[in-house]
Formats: sequence, C-alpha cells, structure tokens
Amino acid sequence: MARSSRVREPLWVRLILRTVVVTYLVLLVAWPVALVVLNTFQDGFVHMAEALADPVVQNALRLTAVVAVSAVVINLLFGVTISLLLVRYEFPGKRALSAMIDVPLSVSPVVVGLALLLVYGSRTGWFGPALADAGIQMVFATPAMVMATAFVALPLVIREVVPVLEEVGDEQEQAARSLGAGGAQTFWRITLPSIKWAVVYGVVLSLARSLGEFGAVKVVSGNIVGRTQTATLVVEQKYQNFEQTTAYSVAFLLAFASVVCIVVVSILRPKEES
Amino acid sequence: MSIEVRNVDKRFGDFVALDDVSVSIPTGQLTALLGPSGGGKSTLLRIIAGLENADDGTIEIEGVEATHLPPQKRNVGFVFQHYAAFKHMNVAKNVAFGLEIRKRPKADVERRVDELLRLVHLQQFAHRLPAQLSGGQRQRMALARALAVEPTVLLLDEPFGALDAKVRKELRDWLRRLHDEVHVTTVFVTHDQEEALEVADEIVVINDGRIEQVGTPDQLYDEPANDFVMSFLGDVTRLNGVMIRPHDVDVNSTPVDGAVVGTVTRLLRVGFEVRVTVTAEDGHDVAVVLSRAEARGSGLAEGATVWLTPHRGALTVDARPAAGVSA
Repeated sequence: MARSSRVREPLWVRLILRTVVVTYLVLLVAWPVALVVLNTFQDGFVHMAEALADPVVQNALRLTAVVAVSAVVINLLFGVTISLLLVRYEFPGKRALSAMIDVPLSVSPVVVGLALLLVYGSRTGWFGPALADAGIQMVFATPAMVMATAFVALPLVIREVVPVLEEVGDEQEQAARSLGAGGAQTFWRITLPSIKWAVVYGVVLSLARSLGEFGAVKVVSGNIVGRTQTATLVVEQKYQNFEQTTAYSVAFLLAFASVVCIVVVSILRPKEES
Repeated sequence: MSIEVRNVDKRFGDFVALDDVSVSIPTGQLTALLGPSGGGKSTLLRIIAGLENADDGTIEIEGVEATHLPPQKRNVGFVFQHYAAFKHMNVAKNVAFGLEIRKRPKADVERRVDELLRLVHLQQFAHRLPAQLSGGQRQRMALARALAVEPTVLLLDEPFGALDAKVRKELRDWLRRLHDEVHVTTVFVTHDQEEALEVADEIVVINDGRIEQVGTPDQLYDEPANDFVMSFLGDVTRLNGVMIRPHDVDVNSTPVDGAVVGTVTRLLRVGFEVRVTVTAEDGHDVAVVLSRAEARGSGLAEGATVWLTPHRGALTVDARPAAGVSA
C-alpha cells in the first residue's frame, strides 16, 4: 500500500539519479579514503608498526587524545548549558548569542588560531603576558590547543541539542516540578534523559571534529615536533618529509577513529527509537 | 476555603490575562474554571500551581501563603492537557516519580504505585512506556502520578481536551466517580460547558481575564448573572429584545397576544429534536428547538406563519452586557 501510494519517477530517471549520486560519492569520498587505506596496508602491517614505533607519532597521538577529549568535555558542559539557556530562558541579547554560536562554523580555523594568539600570546597578547608572569603558558602549549579545538567544535553539541530541547518542550519539566522535584533533580531525571541521544550525537560529532582539527591548532601550537604536534600536524609534516607511509598510517588512524565514532552512534541509536 | 485567590493580575506583554481576580475555591469539591479560549482560566490554574507567577495579588492554599512558593513546595498535583508523560520511564516509574523524589522507602513506593494503578485501571500496563498507551490511558497515568504525592489540591488543565469525544465522555464520568472516592480538592479548566455542568460541584466562569460568575451548575444555568454567562452555558436566541433558550420558546399556529409574528424559514430534524428557524417580521431570525412530538403536533412546515411567545416561567436575560435577570 505504502509503495503504491508513493509517487514513482520513471525507471530511467531513477537510474540516472542513482548513477550521479554514486559517482559523486565515489569520486569525492569513497575512492580517496580507500586509497589511504590501500596505501597504509600495501605491505601489510609493516608501515603501521613502523609508524606506531616512532616516538614523534606516539607523542602526537597521545596529545591528540588529550586535546580532543578535553575539548569535547568542555563543549559538552558548555554546550548543554548554553542550549538550555537558549531554549528555556528569555534574556536580552539572546538572538545575538544564538548567532555568535555559529561563528566558528563560518570563520576559517586559521583565523581562530590567529585571534587566540592575539589574546593569549605570551609577549603581545592581551592576557598573555600576565598569564606568562603567573607561570601559565597558554600559547605553543596544550591549553591554547584545547581552546582552539573547543572553539572550532563549539556549535556541534549545541546544534544537536537545541532542536531536541525545543521539540521535547518543557511540560515534562513542569510536571516534575509540580511533583516536588527541584531544579537539579529535574535536570538529571527528566531533561537529560530526554536529550540523551542528541548529547551523545553532538559529543561524537565534536570528537570527530576535534580529532581532525588542523588549521587553528597549527597556528596556536607552534607545531613543535615531538611536543606540540597533534596527529594531523604529524601527517602534514611526515608527508612533506617524504615519509609518506608514516603519513598514510597516521591518516588512516584518524579516519578509522572517526568511522568508529559514527558506527558506534548508528548502532546505539535505533535501539532507542524502537 | 481551600484555595484563596486575592486580587491577582497577570499580563503577557500588552495582553491582560487576569485582571484583579479574586475567588475562593472550596475544600473537597470539584470546581470547574469555565470560559472561552484565551479568557485566562489556564493562566489562573498555572498561577495556583506556581508554574506561572502573578504580577500582583496573593494565593493561599489550605491556609498556607503560597504566592512566592516554587511549584515543588506547594504540594499540588498538576495534570496537563497533553499528559506531559515522562517518555523515558514506564508507567509504574512515572507514577512513582513524586514518591521517589520524596525518598519514600522502596516497599511503600511499590505498594502505593500498585494501589494507584488499580485505581486508574492501569495495573496490567505497569511496565509499558507511555508511547505504548492510548491518549485516555496516558491521561489516567498522569492522574495517578499527580495523586501519588497526596496533593492538597489537584489541578487539571483541559485534561480531556486532546481526547476524542467518546473517550472524553468516559473519562469525565470516571473523574466524577474518582473524585467521589478520593475527595481531594480538585480544580479543572475546561472550555466545554457540558463538561463543567456534568462534572463540577461548582463552576467559576472566566472571560476576558475577569470572573463573570461563581455558582453551582444549577445556579449558573437557572440564574445567569449576565448575557455572557447565559450564552456560554447553553444555546440562546433573541426574542423581542431578550435572550432566551431556544427550547423555552413556544410556537403557536394561531394568533396570540404580544407574540412575535414570523415565518418558518427552515426546519431541521436532528435525532430526537427539531430545530426551527423563524424569521420575524422585523427581519431577525429566532432559533427554536422543539421535540419531535411537539413539532408533529403543531403541524409545522416551512413557509407557515407562526406566533412565538416565551414559555411560561422561562428564563430571559436582557440582551445587554451585565443586565439583570428577569424570570
């Protein structure tokens, strides 16, 4: 019944549409990514083992994990808070705040990096010298890298959570209140469970984005080999130093982590909706 | 008096939702807040619950000053039009929510939940999610959830508004019986005058942010304070400059002194009643409702000339705002 009630295009139209889409995806996504995999494993696991044995790579992977996880945690806390603020409360400047959240999506990460340098640079930045005097080094160190990454991935949690909060509405929260729940109890027992999947999705997206961040991190990290190089920076450097196989191996690890994120979400999600 | 509302004002921007409203709602009774949409009745209910704050005025619940208490401290049960079921919890968990918040012992919670689910006839659905229930079942669950915390007052905001006509009628009867069993002070909002007349002990008619009249269903129906109350509580028509119920108009086929002369322009049979439209000589239409037997007896037909008089002892109200009652 459902099948017959749907408008069906003629067969040739459907075939052409399908071909166009498949060709597009193959040329743009599948084939390049497949080549990375092929290049990584052209001699089995030899290159991967070599790459993983390289202390520069080891350090970069560790640093990437630290930066990405820190940025995701920060974005999770602020993302959920800002989402609640945007959906549940009225305050002057709300529209401006909402618009500002999209800035990281439209501004080039390189600009973000430079902007952070201007504020936190240890010699010329606004706060930089004061922080440096206090013994806190922001720029060319992990703190600025976390900030840059958090900045770039900021909208991802919020843009997932806001529509869900709007759709769920606040009646359940009001009901919880009338049944005696305070603000915190209402949040943990009612609000959070109902936006759980949006939060998970936002976290996974920002994790994937954080792992892959390049431009902003390159500017603020100083790209110091073995110290402030993340995985993406290592890929670029190794590639330019004619260590292609190492570059491909690290690139594969980055791609693999992102694919795992997406697979995990798609496995978890349908269970929830059944 | 269980709930004392004194001089409550509420505005939303330029819109005046409540204008100096004062009302006393009696303990242990079932009170309806009746009025048209946008009249302020839901706002009043939400202010009593603490889900909305009054701009001015005070609220007292069972002798406790509640004006500035947050909703979780007022000990009211609130039932929403769209159920507000906790979607991620099963029926039993929904009902247990208020008790778990109050950290009651687990055994007590289980016993009480079981008792309430029996009361609302949902014991076999305890482990279902709200999404697996019908609208009527969800609303009964919401009622059980609100009753679980033994509220001082139970507030229902258009509780049956989202349900289809048949279920609405069943739940209405059921609410009345439930109230006779539980006896908790209950206030419900409705725009359906039949629902209010059928279920409530007392009705508060609210329109344009003001209270038009407070009284029992009989008082309101028999002695409406003004033409608004009269027209809101049932059908009315105009006869000779007064408002009268269509079933209180007598149709005579022979001249009568002081009658309104007119011509039958429309005759419509609906089930057991016959709706007649008579166009008077001055051109305005008078609606009359007769029983089928009456219509047949007087031999009415379209085009016939008839003489209309108010039924003896019928209620009429001058067709002017805030007019007195004459009977």
